[in-house]
Amino acid sequence: MQPLLKVEKLTKRYVKQNIFGAREDVLALEGVSFAILPGTTLAVVGESGSGKSTLAACLACLESTTSGDIWFEGINIANSREHVRRQVRPKIQLIFQDPASSLNPRWKVLDILIEPLILQRKFSHEEMNARARSLLERVGLSADIAVRLPNELSGGQRQRLAIARALAQEPKLLILDEALSALDCSVQAQIANLLMELKSSLGMTYLFITHDLAMAAHLADEIAVMNRGCIVEQGPAEIILKQPEHDITRQLLAAAPRFTRAAPPALER
Amino acid sequence: MAPVLEIQDLHVSYQSREGVLHPALAGVRFGLMPGEIMGVLGESGSGKSTLAGSVLRLLPPNGNITRGAVHFEGKDLLRAKPAELQQIRGARNSLIFQEPSLALHPTMRASEQVRQVLVAHRSPGRSAPNDRIRQVFALLFPEEADRISLSYPHQLSGGQRQRVLMAQAIACGPSVVIADEPTASLDTVTQMEILGVFQTLREKLGLAMIFITHNPALLSGFADRVLVLYAGQIAECGPAEAVLASPRHPYTKALFQSIPEVSGRLGNSRKTKLPVILGESARSSLPARGCPFEPRCPERMDICREREPAAVNLSASHTVSCFKYESGSN
Repeated sequence: MQPLLKVEKLTKRYVKQNIFGAREDVLALEGVSFAILPGTTLAVVGESGSGKSTLAACLACLESTTSGDIWFEGINIANSREHVRRQVRPKIQLIFQDPASSLNPRWKVLDILIEPLILQRKFSHEEMNARARSLLERVGLSADIAVRLPNELSGGQRQRLAIARALAQEPKLLILDEALSALDCSVQAQIANLLMELKSSLGMTYLFITHDLAMAAHLADEIAVMNRGCIVEQGPAEIILKQPEHDITRQLLAAAPRFTRAAPPALER
Repeated sequence: MAPVLEIQDLHVSYQSREGVLHPALAGVRFGLMPGEIMGVLGESGSGKSTLAGSVLRLLPPNGNITRGAVHFEGKDLLRAKPAELQQIRGARNSLIFQEPSLALHPTMRASEQVRQVLVAHRSPGRSAPNDRIRQVFALLFPEEADRISLSYPHQLSGGQRQRVLMAQAIACGPSVVIADEPTASLDTVTQMEILGVFQTLREKLGLAMIFITHNPALLSGFADRVLVLYAGQIAECGPAEAVLASPRHPYTKALFQSIPEVSGRLGNSRKTKLPVILGESARSSLPARGCPFEPRCPERMDICREREPAAVNLSASHTVSCFKYESGSN
């Protein structure tokens, strides 16, 4: 099978200028290579500052790259022209950590969902309304939410809305940049289940960026471990977790919070 | 031994602009022993930050403590005068917030920010705070105390900033520190590091701590006791090992089961679905009477809809508010 996304030796260098004008090079990504097959999930794990979010921005055509190739459905989108990007951007959607800051606070839920449909310029007014409502249903939100404002929703509902808005573009790849980290544990589980459901019903492909190795382990088929802009280890999730080769992976594994899971209910008193 | 902080039957509500009272805490009670780490576990809206705010009387203007008492080192804080409170806040009992980059002044060196705390609480005749600042930084940054104390917040990593906040909190030698989600914005490796620092402070200074979090996995091996809040009420409270290893309240059980663990993937069976708690804990979906968890509870009974459960003692130190454990009810 052809990979949906193939990244080859991707490098991103930022030039940081301090207030005295001295320039300093920051290598945010250095020779990153990986591939994702359609319908699978790749988790990118690493500490803060390891380059995970820069990677997400480069893949979503939000940042230019310094060198290397990004092949998406056979087209090289690294530093491509604007008309190519316009075609590709809807197919690669980003979900951020904090939905509160990525949703317009003055727009009602229905308007937020209709905006990406208007941009596609192929639906009538009625069709857009119907589509927006079926998107709500798809992510498990009730239809009466359509007239509310984002700040009237709970954190979990807002993240579901962000996912619904991304789905409006009928994307092939969803990049989740710490999309679960800000949510309560019980809500994280609900959204994780939603992602799994969309994976089986729509065949969605995910790039799941996180520092939570336990959630990565649960959701991912493959795991790539990043440190200082490089992928230090990657492979099938079971193998990375069972036989971590790199020190950074072992460190992340040791830090993954764990607690003795609830034993089966003992005899009640 | 007497508790250093004792909270009795605390009720707090917020008044909306229309004048409606929304209860945030209802009947919370516990005692904190000297040197004890109490983990307070709750999801958003459970009242955990309200708890932190009411202990030091730092609630927003529309928040009212309607009933209860807070005894700290023998004083009733709810009846203390503003000047007395000022002497306690930040000196004997200090708070650490979630977002270290917002809590620090961006254009002030780390040492200066700690100095300000000391100056604010300086009693006349005390020696210059320089020695104390050096001591505190040496304790929190054993390897690079001098460099960090002269740095500005933007030159520090998230974990280092959190430690500067801890330096401020312990500068005056408090007996209790209340930490409200202190590790939520940090990555897992740094989280573990910060928990280690808290442990060190407890061992070296005998600090007692209220550690507020939404992540139960952080508390294992760290907290002595765990208090689980749901909708402003104590669902379960007991020794950390007992609560984390075999939770008794249906909410605690369901919450723990919804969290994936790395070891879950090591077995051969791969779960596609995590067990979830259905519904929301939003105020609007709480029942008018009965147990607040009843609408989402997998083990609900008829009685749960009729009245609120009282706390049941499972052992001397482990209590659960659930009818399942009430003797005589079936």
